Amino acid sequence: MIQTVSKQYNRNKIHPHKFALWVAIGSIIMMFVSITSAYVVRRASGNWYEFKLPDIFFLNTLVIVASSVTLQLSYNAFVKGREKMYKSMMLSTLVLGLAFVVLQYQGWVALDAMGATFTINPSSSFVYVISGMHAAHVLGGVAALIVALIHAFSLPYKPTQRRKDRFSLVVQYWHFVDVLWVYLIGFFMLQS
Amino acid sequence: MAHVASAAETLEEKLTQELGYDDHFHEHHHGDKFQSNFLTHYIFSTDHKMIARQFLITGMFWAFIGAGMSIIFRLQLGFPEADLAWLRPLLGKWIQVNEAGIGKLDPEFYYALVTMHGTILVFFVLTAGLSGTFSNLLIPLQVGARDMASPLLNSFSYWAFFLAGVVMFLSLFLSTGPFSGGWTAYPPLSALPQASDGSGAGMTMWIVSMALFVVSVLLGGVNYITTVLNLRTKGMNMWRMPLTIWAFFVTAILGLLSFPVLLSGVFLLMFDRSMGTSFYLNEIVVGGEVLDRIGGSPILYQHLFWFLGHPEVYIIILPAMGIVSEVLSVHARKPIFGYRAMVFSILAIAFLSFIVWAHHMFMSGVNPFISNFFVIFTLIIAVPSAVKVFNWISTIYGSNLRFNSASLFAVGFVSMFISGGLTGIFLGNSAIDIQLHDTYFVVAHFHIVMGIAAFFGMFAGIYHWFPKMFGRFMNETLGKVHFWGTLVGAYAIFWPMHYTGMAGVPRRYYSIDNFESFKHFTELNQYITIAAIVVFFLQVLFMVNFFYSIFSGRKLTVKNPWGANSLEWTTPIEPGHGNWPNNIPTVQRWAYDYGKNGEEFIPQYIPLKEGEHDHGH
Ligand code: HEM
Ligand SMILES: [Cu+2]
Repeated sequence: MIQTVSKQYNRNKIHPHKFALWVAIGSIIMMFVSITSAYVVRRASGNWYEFKLPDIFFLNTLVIVASSVTLQLSYNAFVKGREKMYKSMMLSTLVLGLAFVVLQYQGWVALDAMGATFTINPSSSFVYVISGMHAAHVLGGVAALIVALIHAFSLPYKPTQRRKDRFSLVVQYWHFVDVLWVYLIGFFMLQS
Repeated sequence: MAHVASAAETLEEKLTQELGYDDHFHEHHHGDKFQSNFLTHYIFSTDHKMIARQFLITGMFWAFIGAGMSIIFRLQLGFPEADLAWLRPLLGKWIQVNEAGIGKLDPEFYYALVTMHGTILVFFVLTAGLSGTFSNLLIPLQVGARDMASPLLNSFSYWAFFLAGVVMFLSLFLSTGPFSGGWTAYPPLSALPQASDGSGAGMTMWIVSMALFVVSVLLGGVNYITTVLNLRTKGMNMWRMPLTIWAFFVTAILGLLSFPVLLSGVFLLMFDRSMGTSFYLNEIVVGGEVLDRIGGSPILYQHLFWFLGHPEVYIIILPAMGIVSEVLSVHARKPIFGYRAMVFSILAIAFLSFIVWAHHMFMSGVNPFISNFFVIFTLIIAVPSAVKVFNWISTIYGSNLRFNSASLFAVGFVSMFISGGLTGIFLGNSAIDIQLHDTYFVVAHFHIVMGIAAFFGMFAGIYHWFPKMFGRFMNETLGKVHFWGTLVGAYAIFWPMHYTGMAGVPRRYYSIDNFESFKHFTELNQYITIAAIVVFFLQVLFMVNFFYSIFSGRKLTVKNPWGANSLEWTTPIEPGHGNWPNNIPTVQRWAYDYGKNGEEFIPQYIPLKEGEHDHGH
C-alpha cells in the first residue's frame, strides 16, 4: 500500500509557478481568441473598409522573433555558465523588445497616414486595438525583463535552481508574446 | 463522546506522525514572522484562511447593500402610490417630493437600483463571496496543502476585489447616479455617455470596477487551479478529492476561460465610449441628434457578454453544488451517491456552458437556424443537471439525515435547483421564449435557480464550516428559523412571478399600473413586496447570528465536530499558518467512507485494511 501511494505521489513534476504561468497564458489566449472571433463575426456582416497592412508590421515580426532567439540564447548561456553571453544576449533582448513597441507605434502612424484611421471603420479600429493589446502584453514582458536584468547585473553570477526557475518564467512568457504576435499577424494576413 | 473523540485524535496524531508527509515545515518558519501584528494578520494577510474570511465578510457587506436596493425598488413596484418621503435622508434627491409632500422614487434611479442590484449580487456576492470564500478556505485544507501556490497573488486577488467594490460603491454617490442600463450593460445605453444619466461617469466607474473584478477572478483562478493540480498531499489522487474541490477546480477553469472574454468586450466598449470608434454602434439617434457612428453592431457585444455570461451562472452555481454534495453526504452519514457521475456531470455542465450562450439572444434577431443549435445544447444541459439532482436525492434517501441548519439549507438547495431548472427548459425553447423573454418569468427562473439556490449553498457552507473558520458554532435555533423562513419566503416571492411573466408583465419596468391588462396584479405585487421585506429581515437575523457567534458562539471542543472524513478537520481547532503544525497527513482513501464495514465514518488518513477496496482508485 505504501508502494502505490509513493507511485502516485509525484508532485512538483513542473514548478507550480511555471504551471501557474501556463494557466494565466491560457486565459490571455482566450482574450485574443475572443477579440479575433469578434473581428471575424463583424467582418462577415458587411460594411467593411478594406486596406493593406503597412510593411512595418512585417518588419516587426522579424524583430520580435529575433528577440525570442536572443532571450533563449541568454538562458542557455546562463545555464551553461557563460556569463558574458548571458548578459549581452539579455540586453539585446531588451533592445529588441523596446524596438518592437516603437515600431508598432510607427505602424499605427503609417496606418493613419494611409487613411485607415482609428475611427473610420471597425476594420481598422480592430487592428489598432488588437495590436495595442498585444503591445501592452509585450510591455509587461519588458518589465519582467528589466527585473531579470537588474538581477543579472547586480547579483553575483550563480546559476542556482531558484534563479533558473525565475529566469525561465520570463523566457516562457516572452516566447508566448512572440508566438501570439505571429498568430495575430498571420490572422490579419488571412483576413485581408 | 468527548472520550471517543480524544481517542480518535490520538490515533490521528499517531498516523500523521508515522505516515504523514514531512516537508520540514517547522524548520523554516516562513510566514509566521510576517503574521505577527494586527495589520499583517487581519488586513494584508497572505494566509488563505484569513483571505477566505475577508472574501466572506466583504461579500456579506455587498449582500446587505444589494438586498437593501431590491427592497427599495420592490416598494416602488408593490406600492407605487405610497409616499416614500421618509427615504429622503437615505436617498436624497433620488426621492422627488412634490408640493403635496408626497415622495416618489426617481425613475432614473429605479433603473440604477435594478442595475446595481444585479451587478452586485451576480459578481460581488455570488462570485467573489461564494467561490472566493470557499475556494480559499477549502482548497488548501482539503487537498492537504500548507497554503495556495502563490499566497501573495492570492492576497492581490482579494485586494483587487476590494478595490472593485470601492469604485462601485463610490459610483453610487455620483450626482448623475450609478450606471442604469442593466447588469448586462448592453450598448447603446452603455456605449454612449449621453444616452442616459447613468451612462456617463456611472458607466465609466462600472467599467473600471469590472476590470478590477476580472483581475481578481483571474488571480484567484490561477491559484486555485495550480494548487489543486500541484500541491495535493501524498495519496490525494484526483478521484479521492472531495466534490467541493472538483467543483471549485472546474469553476476556476470556467472563470479563466470566460472572464477574459468579458474583458475584451468591455475593452471595445471603452473605445466606443471615449475614442470615437464604432464597434457596437450603428446609425444612432440620441435626443434627435444623429450621430456619425456607423459600421458597428450591438449584437456583437451581446455575443461577447453572454459568452462570459452563461458560464458565469455556472461559476456561481458549481461551487454551491460542490458544497451541497459534501454537506449532504456528511450529514446523511452516507457516501455521496454516484461520485464519479457527479464529477462527470460537473465536467459536462462546464463544457456545455460554453456552447449555449445565444439562448439569451433568441429575441435579439439572431438567425433562427442558429437558434436551433443553441436550443438543442441548452436542453442537453438538463441531463447532467438531472443526474446531479438524482444523486443528491439518492444520497438523502434512506439515510438518517441530521437535521441541522447546514443540512437543511443543502436540502433546500436541491428543491430550489429543481424548481428553477424546470423553468429553464421552457425558456430554452426558442419558440416559447418569444412570449417569455424579458418578462417576470425570466426573473423567476434565474432568481430561483441561481439567486436563491446559490445563496442556499452558501448558507449550507457557512453553517457547516463556521466552526473551522471561527472555532465556534452558530446558533442552531436561529439557523433553523432562518432556513424555514427563507425557504417559504423565497418561494412566496418568486413563485407568483411565473404567472405575471406568463401574462406578459415585462421585467425592469418602473411601473406597470398604466397597463390595463396588468391592473389585476396590483395586490399580487404588494404581497410579493411584503414577502421580500420579511425575507430581508430574516437575512438580517442571519447576520446577527453570524457576528454574534464569531465572538460568543458555543466553542468548538473537538477537532472534528461533524464526524467528517475530509482533511480540513484534522487541522487544529484554530489552525495556524501552514495549517498542520507538523507533518501533513497523507491520504489513504476517498473522502466518502461513511457507514462502511460497520464504522460510522473513516477519515481519509486511515489506511485501508487488508483487502479493503478503495473507491478513489
Ligand atoms: C436546465 C438548465 C437551464 C436552462 C435550460 C436555462 C435556460 C435559460 C434561458 C433560455 C434563459 C434566457 C431567457 C430569456 O432571457 O428569455 C435563461 C436565463 C437565465 N438563466 Fe437559465 N437555464 C438553466 C439553468 C440555469 C442555471 C443553473 C442558472 C444559474 C445558476 C441560470 C441562470 C440564468 C440567468 C441569470 C438568466 C437571466 C439573465 C438575464 O437576462 O438577466 N439558468 N436561462
Ligand atoms: Cu444561460
